[in-house]
Amino acid sequence: MSAAPSQPPATSRAEPPAHAAVNLWTTIGAGLREIWAHKFRSLLTMLGIILGVSSLVAMSALVKGMEKGAKEALVAIGGLEKVRVEPQNVPPEQLHLLDQAVGITMNDVYALEAGASLVTRVSPEMRVPATVSANGKRFRPFICNGVWPVALEMSEHVIAHGRMFNELDDEMARSVCVIGTATRDELWGAPEDVGREIIPLGETLYINGVPFTVIGMFPHYESEQDRKARELALAQAAAAGTQAGPARDRGRGRRGNFIFWLKNATIYMPLNTAWMKFRSGMSLAEPGRWGSPGTPATGVITADPRLSNLELKVASVDVLSDALQQIRNILMSTHKGIEDFNFRTQEDWAENINLFIRNARMSGGLIAAISLLVGGIGIMNIMLASISERVREIGIRKSVGATTGDIFVQILVESVVIAVLGGLVGLVTSFGLVQLIGGFSPTDNTPIITAPAMLLAFSFSVVVGILAGILPAVKAARLNPIQALRYE
Amino acid sequence: MALVELRGVSKIYHLGGEEIRALDNVSLDIEPGEFISIIGPSGSGKSTLMHILGCLDTPTRGTITLDGVMVQDASPRQLAAMRNRKIGFVFQFFNLLPKLNVVQNVELPMIYSGVSGRERREKAMAALEAVDLVNRAKHRPSQLSGGQQQRAAIARALVNSPRIVFADEPTGNLDSHTGEAILGLFRRLSTEGRTIVLVTHDPEIAAVTPRRIEIRDGRIAQHVDLTLAGLDRPPRPGFVAEPGTAAPPAS
Repeated sequence: MSAAPSQPPATSRAEPPAHAAVNLWTTIGAGLREIWAHKFRSLLTMLGIILGVSSLVAMSALVKGMEKGAKEALVAIGGLEKVRVEPQNVPPEQLHLLDQAVGITMNDVYALEAGASLVTRVSPEMRVPATVSANGKRFRPFICNGVWPVALEMSEHVIAHGRMFNELDDEMARSVCVIGTATRDELWGAPEDVGREIIPLGETLYINGVPFTVIGMFPHYESEQDRKARELALAQAAAAGTQAGPARDRGRGRRGNFIFWLKNATIYMPLNTAWMKFRSGMSLAEPGRWGSPGTPATGVITADPRLSNLELKVASVDVLSDALQQIRNILMSTHKGIEDFNFRTQEDWAENINLFIRNARMSGGLIAAISLLVGGIGIMNIMLASISERVREIGIRKSVGATTGDIFVQILVESVVIAVLGGLVGLVTSFGLVQLIGGFSPTDNTPIITAPAMLLAFSFSVVVGILAGILPAVKAARLNPIQALRYE
Repeated sequence: MALVELRGVSKIYHLGGEEIRALDNVSLDIEPGEFISIIGPSGSGKSTLMHILGCLDTPTRGTITLDGVMVQDASPRQLAAMRNRKIGFVFQFFNLLPKLNVVQNVELPMIYSGVSGRERREKAMAALEAVDLVNRAKHRPSQLSGGQQQRAAIARALVNSPRIVFADEPTGNLDSHTGEAILGLFRRLSTEGRTIVLVTHDPEIAAVTPRRIEIRDGRIAQHVDLTLAGLDRPPRPGFVAEPGTAAPPAS
C-alpha cells in the first residue's frame, strides 16, 4: 500500500443533489402498469382487501340495522322517560317493620301527582292474572291490567277502533275493556285466517268468567320491517290472485319483535273495575293470600287496595336522576320509610342495547380487521415475490439514477395502489353483500350502510396497503445496484 | 483539470477472515473527450474499477474526483444523483426494462431527474435519432435485435447528456458484425466529443481506443497511450502499439 496521495486542490465535496421528486403520478402510473401486467395475480391479491373492506362495511350495516330495530322497540314501549315503580320485598334490616309495609297504593299515586314536579304522568296499574274466553275459545293475554285512561299515552297505545274507556267508566267501574289484536285473533280469528278483519266492538268477553263489553281495539302493532314484509307478501298474493296470503308470523318466535307481540296481547279495563271485580273480597275467599303477610287471617272482608305497579313519565331524560330522587323522597314518606318499592327504568334496557351493539361492533370489527390483516399479508407476500423477480429492474433503475427513496416510493405506491383498488372494489361489493344478507332474511332489520363505515373501511385498506408495502419497499430500496445488475 | 481523477484507490473485501484486494492503490486520470478502454481478464478488478468510476460503489481507500466532485465518501443519494446527471452506462446484456417500450426506456433517467413529460419525450426521440432508432421507438425491447437493443441502451446512456459514458463489454453479447457497428457508433460519439470508457476483456476491442489501461490483480499492469505518441487514432482496429508497451496478444 503506497502512501496516501495528495489531495487535488480544486475539488469540492460531493454536492448535495438537487433532488427532483419523481412525479407521483408517473409513479402511480408505473404501479398501475405493473398491476395490469399481472392482472390475475393482482386480482387474487386484492381479494383479501376486497373481502375485508366489504365485510367491514356489511358488518357495520348489520349492526346499524339492529340498532335501529332496537331503538324502534324502545320507543314502542314508551321511551326512556318511562319509570316503573314495582313492589319489592322489604329489605332485611327493615323486616321488623314488615307489618307496616303498605305496598304501592293509590295513596302513592295522589302523592306523586301532587308532589313530584318532574313527573308529568302517573299511571297506576292493577294486574289481573286472567284467562279470557269468548266465541267458545280461550286465551291467556300477556297483559290484563286495570288502568287509568292515561295508560294509553303511557305505553304508546292508540285506539284504532271504538273508544278508550274514560274517567266516567272508571268512576262507575263499568265492565268494559279495550283489547289488542292478538286477543281478537285468538278469540274471533285473525284477518289472515278468516280473510277479513273482524272488529269485535260490542261483543262480550269473559275475563276469568266475568263478562265485559269490548268498546275499543288497538291497531296491529308491528315493526317497520314486519309491516313492509307483510305488505310485500300481501301484494304478491294479490298479484298471484290467491285469496289468503301467507299466514302472519305473530312474532312470538323472534326476540326483537317480542315487544310488539306483547303490546298486541294486551287487555285494558278501568282500574276501579279491576279492583271491584277481582280484588275486593278476595281475602274472604283466600285469606292470607292477598292480605299482607303479617295480617292475621281474620276472615273479615278486606279488599286488597294494592296496585301491582306504577308507570311514571318523567319530564325529560336529562332530569331522570333528579326525578328518580324526587319520586323516591315522596314514596319514602308515603311508605313511612319502608323500602318496599323499587324502580325500573328503560335506561338499563337502553344500556343493554348499547352494550350489545358495542359488542357486536367489536367482534364484527375484529373479524373484519383480521380479514384486512390477512389481505395485507397477502399484499406483502406478493410484493416480496414481485421484487425478487424484479431485482434486475431495480438494479437498472438505480444505475440510471434512482435513489433509495425513489425505489422505496415506487414499491410502496404499488402496494398502496393494490390496496386502494381493492378497497374501492370492496366498497362496491359491500352493497351486493348487504343485498345478499337482506335476501336471506327479508324480515330482519334491514342493514344500513353508512358513509362513516365506508370511509373507515376504505382508510383501513389504505393503511393496510402502506403497512404491507413498507417491508418489501425497504428490502427493494436496500438492494445493492451492482449485485442487482449481476442478478440473473 | 482532468474529468476523472483517481488517487490511490483501493477496494478491499473481507471474505471470512481473508482480505481480498479487488483494487490496490490505483491512480488514474481521464481527460474530457477521451476514448479509453480498461482491459483485463475476469477477476482482474476491472469491473470493480468501473463500478467505482461509475459511482455505483465507493472505494475503501483513496479519493476519486468526478467532474470536480469528490465522491469517495458521498451518500448513496448523492451517488444516485451523480449516476443520473453525469454518468451513462451501457451493459453487456443491454439491461432494458422489458415492460417498457424503447422510448420509455430511454426516458427512464429523465424520470429520476424530474424532467417534465413532454420534454422527456422530445429528448428521448432526439437521442433515438442519434442512434438511428426512431422507427423502433414504440417497440418492446423483445421485438428488437441485439444490435438495436444495444443502440437503445446507448441512447438511454446519452439522453441526460452525461459527462462520461461507461460501456461494460458492450459487444459481448453481439455477433462480430453487429459488434463492429456498435464499436463504430462509440467511435463516432467519441469524435463528437463524448468521453467514453470501454471495459472489456478482449484486446481486439480495446484496440479501437487510443488509450488502454490493463488491469491485473487489482493493479494497473500496463498503460498504453497512443495520444502521447502523437496518434489520436490507432491506424486500424487490432493495432498493437510499439513493442515493449504493447498489450499481450488476444487469447
